[in-house]
Amino acid sequence: MELSGAEIVVRCLRDEGVEYIFGYPGGSVLHIYDALFQQDDVRHILVRHEQGATHAADGYARSTGKPGVVLVTSGPGATNAVTGIATAFMDSIPLVVLTGQVPRAVIGSDAFQECDTIGITRPCVKHNFLVSDLSKLAETIKKAFYIATTGRPGPVVVDIPKDITDPKVKIPYEYPKTVDIRSYQPKVKGHPGQIKKAVDLLLTARQPMIYSGGGVILGNASQALIDLTRFLEFPITQTLMGLGAYPATDRQFLGMLGMHGTYEANMGMHQCDVLLAIGARFDDRVTGKLTQFCPDAKIIHIDVDPASISKTVRVDIPIVGEVQFVLEEMMALLKAADFKGSSQDISEWWASIERWRALDCLSFDRNSRRIKPQRVIEELWEVTGGHAFVTSDVGQHQMWAAQYYKFDAPRRWINSGGLGTMGFGLPAAIGVKLGHPEADVACITGEASIQMCIQELATALQYRTGVKVINLNNGYMGMVRQWQEFSYESRYSESYLETLPDFVRLAEAYGHVGIKVDQPCDVRPALEEAFRMKDRTVFLDILTDPSENVYPMIEAGKGHHEMRMAPGVSTDTELS
Amino acid sequence: MKRHIISILIENEAGALSRVAGLFSARGYNIETLTVAPTEDASMSRMTVVTSGSDEIIEQITKQINKLIDVVKLVNLSESTHIERELMMVKCRAIADKREDINRLCDRFRGNILDETPTSFVIELTGEKSKLDDFLKGISEDHIIEVVRSGTTGILCGERGFNA
Ligand SMILES: Cc1cc2nc3c(=O)[nH]c(=O)nc-3n(C[C@H](O)[C@H](O)[C@H](O)COP(=O)(O)OP(=O)(O)OC[C@H]3O[C@@H](n4cnc5c(N)ncnc54)[C@H](O)[C@@H]3O)c2cc1C
Ligand SMILES: Cc1ncc(C[n+]2csc(CCOP(=O)(O)OP(=O)(O)O)c2C)c(N)n1
Ligand SMILES: [Mg+2]
Repeated sequence: MELSGAEIVVRCLRDEGVEYIFGYPGGSVLHIYDALFQQDDVRHILVRHEQGATHAADGYARSTGKPGVVLVTSGPGATNAVTGIATAFMDSIPLVVLTGQVPRAVIGSDAFQECDTIGITRPCVKHNFLVSDLSKLAETIKKAFYIATTGRPGPVVVDIPKDITDPKVKIPYEYPKTVDIRSYQPKVKGHPGQIKKAVDLLLTARQPMIYSGGGVILGNASQALIDLTRFLEFPITQTLMGLGAYPATDRQFLGMLGMHGTYEANMGMHQCDVLLAIGARFDDRVTGKLTQFCPDAKIIHIDVDPASISKTVRVDIPIVGEVQFVLEEMMALLKAADFKGSSQDISEWWASIERWRALDCLSFDRNSRRIKPQRVIEELWEVTGGHAFVTSDVGQHQMWAAQYYKFDAPRRWINSGGLGTMGFGLPAAIGVKLGHPEADVACITGEASIQMCIQELATALQYRTGVKVINLNNGYMGMVRQWQEFSYESRYSESYLETLPDFVRLAEAYGHVGIKVDQPCDVRPALEEAFRMKDRTVFLDILTDPSENVYPMIEAGKGHHEMRMAPGVSTDTELS
Repeated sequence: MKRHIISILIENEAGALSRVAGLFSARGYNIETLTVAPTEDASMSRMTVVTSGSDEIIEQITKQINKLIDVVKLVNLSESTHIERELMMVKCRAIADKREDINRLCDRFRGNILDETPTSFVIELTGEKSKLDDFLKGISEDHIIEVVRSGTTGILCGERGFNA
C-alpha cells in the first residue's frame, strides 16, 4: 500500500488503536487535516485553544489508561500546547503530541510560524523527535507510542515538517509491529534479593506505614495494592496523585498525607518505624521539611524510575521495577512465609492511629449560614454515589475535592498535581467524558481557574459532552488568599477578582445550562438537577464562604508533626 | 565535592548534545568540561562530562543522564581505574631568556612546539588536567597570550571495553 506522509500519520493512529485525536488546525498540518477528513476511524475533537487539546487528551489518558493524542500546528500552535505538555510531564501521563513544522528546506530561516519546537519542549517531554525523512515517519510514530506508554510514562512530541506530509509523495506503508530501542529498556521486574529484604523488614515492623502514589494508578496495580495492604493489615496513606488506588472508605486508609493531609496520616508518617513507599516520588508537598521526614523509619521504595529513588530522601531498600510485578512478588513471599497478618503485633500502633483519627481534623462548621465548600463536595459525593469521575483545577477547591470526595476506585480523580496548572479541569473533563460517555463527570473548579480555559465550553457543546462544572466561587484566588492571610498578615495583594462575569449567563451564551446557588439548602437540589440532565453541560455557580481555608496545613519549613489545624480542632499534646 | 569523569555513549541523533547539556543547566549541575566526538560505531557518539558534586548529586546526575532515551550507556570512569587525557595548545610570548626557559619547560612536560615566531610559541601538550595546570603555572601568567583546551576525555584501563 502506497501512502503519503499525511495518510501515514492517520493510518498509524488507526493502527495504534487511537479513538480520538484532540487538535486545532493550521498551515503546517493542513495535509494531515485533509487526510483526517477522508476517513472515519480516528475521530478528531476540535478544541478552542491548543492548551485545551493537551489537557483534554490528558484527561482522556488519565481516565482510560490509554495514551492521549494531540495534533497542533507549528509556531503558536505548538507553544500554546506547551503548558499542557508540561502538565502531563510532571504527572507522568502518556501523551503523543504531533506538531506541524515548517518545511525542511526553510527550517532555521525564521520562516512563517516557525519555532524550535524540539528545543522548546525538550525539558518537559519524556522524549521528542523531529521527523527528518518520510521513510522514518511510521517507525517514529510507533516509537513515540512505545516510549510514552512504557516505563515511567510521559508525553512524547513528534515534530513533522510540512513537506514530509506532502500528498503528492507516496511510499509503501507498513506499521511496525514491534519496536526495539537499544538505548531504552525500562525495567519491569524488581531485584529478587531486594524484594526479599523488603519483605523481611516488613515482617519486623511494629509501627508500619504504607505511602503510595500515582505510580500505582499509572501501573494499573490498584488490586495488587489492596491485596497487600489488606493482607498485612497495615495503615495506608496516599498522595494527591494516588487517591482512589486504595478505597478511601476503607478503615485502613488514613487519608491523604502531606501539606494538606490528615492529622492521622501525617502523624503516622512521623512516627512510623518502617515506611513502604510505592510509586510515589517524595515530593516537597508530601515530605515537608526533609530533615524531619520520617525520622525513625527504615524506608523501602518501589519505583520504575531509578531517578525517583533517593532523589530527595535517601532510602534503605530501593526496588526498581513495576509496582504490579513487585507487589505480586512480595505477596508470594509473604504467603510463603506463612505470615498470619500482624494485627496482634501492631495493635498498639493502630490504637495511636485511632486516637489521632478521633480528632476529626477535617471537621468544619456544618451550621454556617454560608455555603461551606467542604459540604458541597460531600454532597457531590452523596449525589453521585461516589462513582463520578472528578476533575479539578488548582487551588483550595482542588484540596477540598481531594479531602472530601472519597475516591474508591483508581482513575476517577483527575487533577494536575505536579505542575498545578489552573485551566486543567474543564478540558480534562471533556476528555474524560469522551472516554467514558456513560459516566457522571464533574469538574470542580474556582472562579479564577475556570476562566483560564473557559473557551472549552464551546467544545463541550460541539461534542455534547455533558460535564457538570461545579464552580466553588469564593471571589478570591482562595489558595493565594490563604497564603497571604497566614504569611503576609492578610495583605491580599492582587488575589481578589474584582470583576467576575455572570457565569450563569456565560454558560447560557455557550449553549449550556447555568444555575446559581447561594443558599446551603439549595446545593443538593441543584446538584441533583444537574446530574439529572444527563447529556447537558451544566454550570453550577456556587457562592461559597470566601473566608474558608484549607486545613490541616503544614506550612513551609515544618515537619509532619507540626500541622496547623482548623480553628476548633485541638491537638491534644498527649496524643502526639 | 569530588571530581567525576562521566563517559556516555549516545545515539548519534540531532539534538543529542542539547539533551545532555540542557539537563545539566535545567537541574543546576556543574559542568567543568564537555567533549563530544564520533566513535568506532558510526551510529553512536561519545560524550565525556567532567563534573563535581556530593555523592548524592553524582548519583542523581548519572541516573538522570541514563534516563535520557538516547543514552545507550554510561560509565562513571572515576569509579574504576582509568586514563584521562586533555589536549592543550598554548600561545605564549617568548623573547630573550624566556625562550630558553619555555623550551626547557616544554621538554620536561613533553610538549611540542607547533609554531614559532621570533616573539612567540604555540605549544601542544596532552595529559591529565593537573599536568596541564602545572605547565601553565610554569610559564607564568604574563607570558600567556591564549590557552585552548579540549576538555577531558578518558578510557577504562585493561582489556574490558565499555561497549561490551
Ligand atoms: C495546590 C497543591 C497542593 C498540593 N498538596 C499536596 C498534598 O498536600 N499532598 C500530596 O500528596 N500532594 C500534594 N500536591 C501534589 C504534589 O505537588 C505532587 O504532584 C504529588 O504529591 C506527587 O504524587 P506522587 O508522589 O504520587 O508522584 P507522581 O507524580 O504520581 O509520580 C509517580 C511516581 O511513580 C513512579 N511510577 C510510575 N509508574 C510506575 C509503575 N508502573 N511502577 C512503579 N513506579 C511507577 C514514577 O516514576 C514516579 O516516581 C499538591 C499540589 C497542588 C497543586
Ligand atoms: C496557570 C497558573 N497560574 C497561577 C497559579 C498560582 N495559583 C495557584 S492556586 C491559585 C488561585 C486559584 O483560584 P481559584 O481558581 O478561584 O481557586 P480557589 O483557590 O479560590 O478555590 C493561583 C493563582 C497556578 N497554579 N496556575
Ligand atoms: Mg476562588
